[in-house]
Amino acid sequence: MTIETDKNSSYAEPGIDGMVADWSADKQNFDLPWGKLMMWIFLLSDTFIFSVFLTGYMNVRLSQTDNWPNASEVFALEIGGVHLPLILIAIMTFALITSSGTMAMAVNYAYNRDKRKTVILMAITALLGASFVGMQVFEWSKLISEGVRPWGNPFGAAQFGSTFFMITGFHGLHVTAGVIYLTVIARRVGRGYYEDKGYAIVEITGLYWHFVDLVWVFIFAFFYLW
Amino acid sequence: MSETAGQQHPIGIYLKIWVLLFVLSTFSYLVDFFHLQGYLRWSLILIFMFLKAGFIVAIFMHVAWERLALKYVLFVPLSAIVVLITLMAIEGDYTFLTREIFFDP
Repeated sequence: MTIETDKNSSYAEPGIDGMVADWSADKQNFDLPWGKLMMWIFLLSDTFIFSVFLTGYMNVRLSQTDNWPNASEVFALEIGGVHLPLILIAIMTFALITSSGTMAMAVNYAYNRDKRKTVILMAITALLGASFVGMQVFEWSKLISEGVRPWGNPFGAAQFGSTFFMITGFHGLHVTAGVIYLTVIARRVGRGYYEDKGYAIVEITGLYWHFVDLVWVFIFAFFYLW
Repeated sequence: MSETAGQQHPIGIYLKIWVLLFVLSTFSYLVDFFHLQGYLRWSLILIFMFLKAGFIVAIFMHVAWERLALKYVLFVPLSAIVVLITLMAIEGDYTFLTREIFFDP
């Protein structure tokens, strides 16, 4: 989409000149619904939280002198007698990516004012998110039954358990909150609550949901694959 | 009606990105499946991670179409995280070395 120059808008220029104009504007700096800007600010702060968690994980993993457990084997499963490394994590990754795809389409249908498709796609998104949390519960119970604790585990370095529970737990909390958020907004969309207000709220919800997916990309890379 | 039009793009682009994310996730899973090790493993993990993150942020979160003023708000603060990572990597390395010297394994 090219940037439209609107006569009623104070935003005329793209690029660096446009940025200078935006920042020196008299009335407002961002041509966004306020809720969307606030969601971005929140997500930026959340980025810092997860970055600090992952940096802390990096720090303890670098400085420990024990053996770091091999995540590939710790999270392996036997399915039909076949030993598959990391398979549950891969399925969780695909579930979350799919939910991001359905969310992106829900935003599109919302702006087209197709309430039915929006609600259906948001419901699918929430269901995939709930299944993600379900798989995480399974993963946690399996590890706990194998003796993994925040203060130690049978596979190696004790820091493995503490960082695992902290990072995936905080992410799972975000997914759970997202499922609730999606359900509430989808219900309101279905009731026609946003017919007059406009459907920016679906895009805002989408931002949060994509962010949860984004964080998982980093957790998957640094915690499970590294 | 809100006064500003929201982000609207063809469904097709979302489906393409979705497929792309699937493929990239499969690749990063295969890195582990084929037991690649060392710098090859780490660089592949990082490449696939940044590609996935980039597509999610740019297309799904519509940052590619946002104005520069917002992009800078989102990306300039992240430089503080880069500084933190660098410092903590140095510190972690130092702690490891002192532990190697002073603790018997």
